[in-house]
Amino acid sequence: MADEATRKAVSEIPLLKTNSGPRDKELWVQRLREEYLALIKYVENNKAADNDWFRLESNKEGTRWFGKCWYIHELLKYEFDMEFDIPVTYPATAPEVAIPELDGKTAKMYRGGKICLTDHFKPLWARNVPKFGLAHLMALGLGPWLAVEIPDLIAKGIIQHKEQQNS
Amino acid sequence: MATVEELKLRIRELENELIKSKQKQSDAEHHLRPKIDKMSAEVVDSNPYSRLMALKRMGIVQDYELLLFDYDKVELANMNRLFFQPHQAGLSKVEAAEHTLRNINPDVAFETHNYNITTMDNFTHFMNRISHGGLEEGKPVDLVLSCVDNFEARMAINTACNELGQIWMESGVSENAVSGHIQLIIPGETACFACAPPLVVAANIDEKTLKRDGVCAASLPTTMGVVAGLLVQNVLKYLLGFGTVSYYLGYNAMQDFFPSMAMKANPQCDDRHCRRQQDEYKKKEVERPKQEVVQEEEEVVHEDNEWGIELVSEVSEAELQDASGPVPDLPEGITVAYTIPEKDGASGETVEETDQSLEELMAQMRKM
Repeated sequence: MADEATRKAVSEIPLLKTNSGPRDKELWVQRLREEYLALIKYVENNKAADNDWFRLESNKEGTRWFGKCWYIHELLKYEFDMEFDIPVTYPATAPEVAIPELDGKTAKMYRGGKICLTDHFKPLWARNVPKFGLAHLMALGLGPWLAVEIPDLIAKGIIQHKEQQNS
Repeated sequence: MATVEELKLRIRELENELIKSKQKQSDAEHHLRPKIDKMSAEVVDSNPYSRLMALKRMGIVQDYELLLFDYDKVELANMNRLFFQPHQAGLSKVEAAEHTLRNINPDVAFETHNYNITTMDNFTHFMNRISHGGLEEGKPVDLVLSCVDNFEARMAINTACNELGQIWMESGVSENAVSGHIQLIIPGETACFACAPPLVVAANIDEKTLKRDGVCAASLPTTMGVVAGLLVQNVLKYLLGFGTVSYYLGYNAMQDFFPSMAMKANPQCDDRHCRRQQDEYKKKEVERPKQEVVQEEEEVVHEDNEWGIELVSEVSEAELQDASGPVPDLPEGITVAYTIPEKDGASGETVEETDQSLEELMAQMRKM
């Protein structure tokens, strides 16, 4: 299960109310507003805790999302681009977050760089539809994945730090 | 000056063309059966269709068309279990499948689509092909078969079929490769894929003994072969009207156990189209004249019965179950992957009420 720090972070992310997906026109706009509100709050929380680790933005329709995430390892900051589509069955199914530049570098990844989440994630998401949103996906999905995979990839020498980054 | 990426792409294109032209050559060389212009019903040795045509005389469909949807490419890792060959690596799976299948049977029409059906862009097209891509263009297809390997794709197919009232069969093999299942879904009548949490054929393995670190799903071509056989068998029974079509049939490879059952639709299903289909089904059932089931007693005639052999009626394992309640009442050997509690999951603060428009919120996010 998610560790204590993750659970605490998640409990401070506001829950969403509207159960609608990208095919629902007006209600989808409402859902998008709630997504942004939750994301903004989560990023603010992270900044306050000195753990600002991602940024996200979307296209106008809110169906394609992209951004960056960072991971600090031994005082060095590693940056990765990430992206995902909102599936038609959202929020019943969570989007598949992809980090294209790591495609093929780890077994915990599907084709195209989609990160492979643990068994715990799907049931947890299913139990909390529609209250969980993209902020929760970040906190429960991408965050823990980075925490496990990045140190491992660094230790194996598969990724190197770019010179320009500084902590 | 072309970039390395562009050159790689061009090489890939040329490789594909080479594969295709090589195939055409080898087709001609091996004298593969040429396309037959008119299917003859005559029962003759040399007529490859004599058995099929016998079915035709019984009034079954004459022509076949297959629509294939997939967004993956063939790669060497697939060779253990799929019917692709190493020389097809790099082709899209639907393309490679079409080549191979066409060589086996040139009289089947194919339509292939190499895209991800769960994205907004493609889903509309996908639904459109289901509802209009039948043998006669404009009519819906007769049956949809789901042979995908993830929950998200199944949910997308489920959503489409619920909305269109399209009958489909779902199939799958577990991540540990030692169990699988097939399921017939009739929107409104049977449970749809979202009516209950995903069903799992109980493996009778202590989950804690399964080592999972560092690996994703395992696969066994034998398990897949069995499930594929069960699926096609069920399809034949459904399309040609013989035998009993199973609503749900599981396969537990460890114990060779085949649990079967039927599950009614869940009146509280999250998918509103499923609920709508259920209403329409109920209306149709009311209007349908009740068919008298006439029990015909067949006289079993034997001169003697030295061993006292009796015919015992087969007790059907399938029970119609209501899917309401946290854990559906399931027969032995089938369980759910997880349960959804009746009361809400996480509790806590919800997003605040605000007058900010979506644009304002997007801008606020960008400035952070």
